[in-house]
Amino acid sequence: MNVIVCIKRVPDTEARIRVDGSGSAIDKTGIKYDMSPYDAFAVEAALRLKETTGEGDVMLLTLGDSSSQETLRKGLAMGADRAVLLTGEVSLDGLATAKTLAAELEGTDADLFLFGIKAADDDQQQVGPMVAALTGRPCVSGVSSFEVAGGTATCHREVEGGSEVVEVDLPAVLCMTKGPNEPRLAALKGIMAAKKKPLEEKPAAENAARVRLTGLSEPPARAAGRIVGEGADAVPELVRLLREEANAV
Amino acid sequence: MANVLAFAEQRDGQLGSAAREAVSVAARLAEGSGGVAHALVLGGRGASAAASGLGAYGAATITVGEHDALSDYNPETWVGLVVDQVRSGDYAAVVFAATTLGKDLAPRVAALLDVPLASDVTGVEMSDGTVSVTRPVFSGKAFANLEIDASPALVSIRPNVFQAAERAAAGEVSTFTPEVDVASLRVRVVERKGASEGTVDVAEASVIVSGGRGMKDPEHWGLLEGLRDALGSDAALGASRAVVDAGWRPHGEQVGQTGKTVAPKLYIAVGISGAVQHLAGMRTAKTIVAINRDADAPIFGVADYGIVGDLFEVVPRLTEEIGALKSAD
Repeated sequence: MNVIVCIKRVPDTEARIRVDGSGSAIDKTGIKYDMSPYDAFAVEAALRLKETTGEGDVMLLTLGDSSSQETLRKGLAMGADRAVLLTGEVSLDGLATAKTLAAELEGTDADLFLFGIKAADDDQQQVGPMVAALTGRPCVSGVSSFEVAGGTATCHREVEGGSEVVEVDLPAVLCMTKGPNEPRLAALKGIMAAKKKPLEEKPAAENAARVRLTGLSEPPARAAGRIVGEGADAVPELVRLLREEANAV
Repeated sequence: MANVLAFAEQRDGQLGSAAREAVSVAARLAEGSGGVAHALVLGGRGASAAASGLGAYGAATITVGEHDALSDYNPETWVGLVVDQVRSGDYAAVVFAATTLGKDLAPRVAALLDVPLASDVTGVEMSDGTVSVTRPVFSGKAFANLEIDASPALVSIRPNVFQAAERAAAGEVSTFTPEVDVASLRVRVVERKGASEGTVDVAEASVIVSGGRGMKDPEHWGLLEGLRDALGSDAALGASRAVVDAGWRPHGEQVGQTGKTVAPKLYIAVGISGAVQHLAGMRTAKTIVAINRDADAPIFGVADYGIVGDLFEVVPRLTEEIGALKSAD
């Protein structure tokens, strides 16, 4: 049961985002980068599957520049076996990214391609299902957990108004959301071992982006609010304000 | 002259706000370029009954694919039918609602048509056949303005942002029965569990009562349920990451960077301190109320109205006052 997990290096979710002077990029000063959170859930799921079945290879794949090596090493430290970095531009055109990844994934025989459901920088939520469509694999998205048996993955997913259990035939693509297993922290032993695991860097196939960024802006500031009062006694005034001023109830 | 296609989502035989919003946006874009909006609905037998209502939101024609096997969403069957419909017309744009279904369906359609997709947009315009959008990035900490250099341009619109507007159009319904080979489906839904009767999903609710670690114990959630009930049937419960991670509340209620992004009319944060990641998920709510015993909690920095105090006293009083207000209405 070989698994390939596609990951992305993104600004840490704690980061305060400021738009730089050009108005078309974020100000990178002081920003820390990390593996996108949902991708970490995907890596965790792959590692658990390998532990459960007792065999198989977990490979990490990413599109980015050489700074992504750090993110791949983190995944290797968690327990993945090897990594591939496709060096190339990451744009806001998810299809361009998907085509580049699909070209690399096509020749492999991995039973599962795992993705985080969306990247914590662009929030597009599209690359996983696009890769599935391009590689002709069935795909289930929004998977919080899954089990594999007899060539089928049984997936648990949340939808509006409830939840579903979905079966998918392997080979398949699964797009992971937050699940019951927190991504493990890399222990020192893992970090040391990661330095010796194979990390191949090669140029990405070029796919022109057809989505163009024309500007980046910060959200409109909210007007300052106010403390209405203290304790339960402030409630009648709050309700009056909600009705008469905010028209919210 | 450019026509626009709207994918109108039906769920359990109903066409809800997601469908109306998608059609409204498609109609507005088409009108601006002298074209018309078409709608596509896929569903089980009888789906066409609800479909005619979309004419009131601007659909000149509504094509309905009806088949028992289409009653519930399955990408294996739906994607090909949407692709066929797009190819059958000369559309400048295709609009989906960015619901769970739409966010799963639209990327696959885009890949098969070999055109890009702008997901979860909060603004969209079309001029001379070129579609430009605004969409939140970094969980709404910034907004990106984008232009799509392809035709048709695919977009999915964030729910609850675009008002469904009445715009009378012919609304001609035509139905077709697609061939569906159920035996060859590689994806099969084997179980579906609905949320409790009458609850609305937090991402679609117009009022949200959200609880955090200040609630101290999962057993106290009845307090928030009471407030939600007093606020009406389109109110839902939300939760901070801390209480979801602690197992007190389901992930489906989580609001924030690794949960849902919501834009309700009213968001009441109870016992939530206001971590950066939580704020990212709710800060575009129209009115924000915070109840917390810590006057320095960051949530007060984004709230329109705050009460500093013991939530175990404030919330019951709020439930009482809201209840009284509503029954006097």
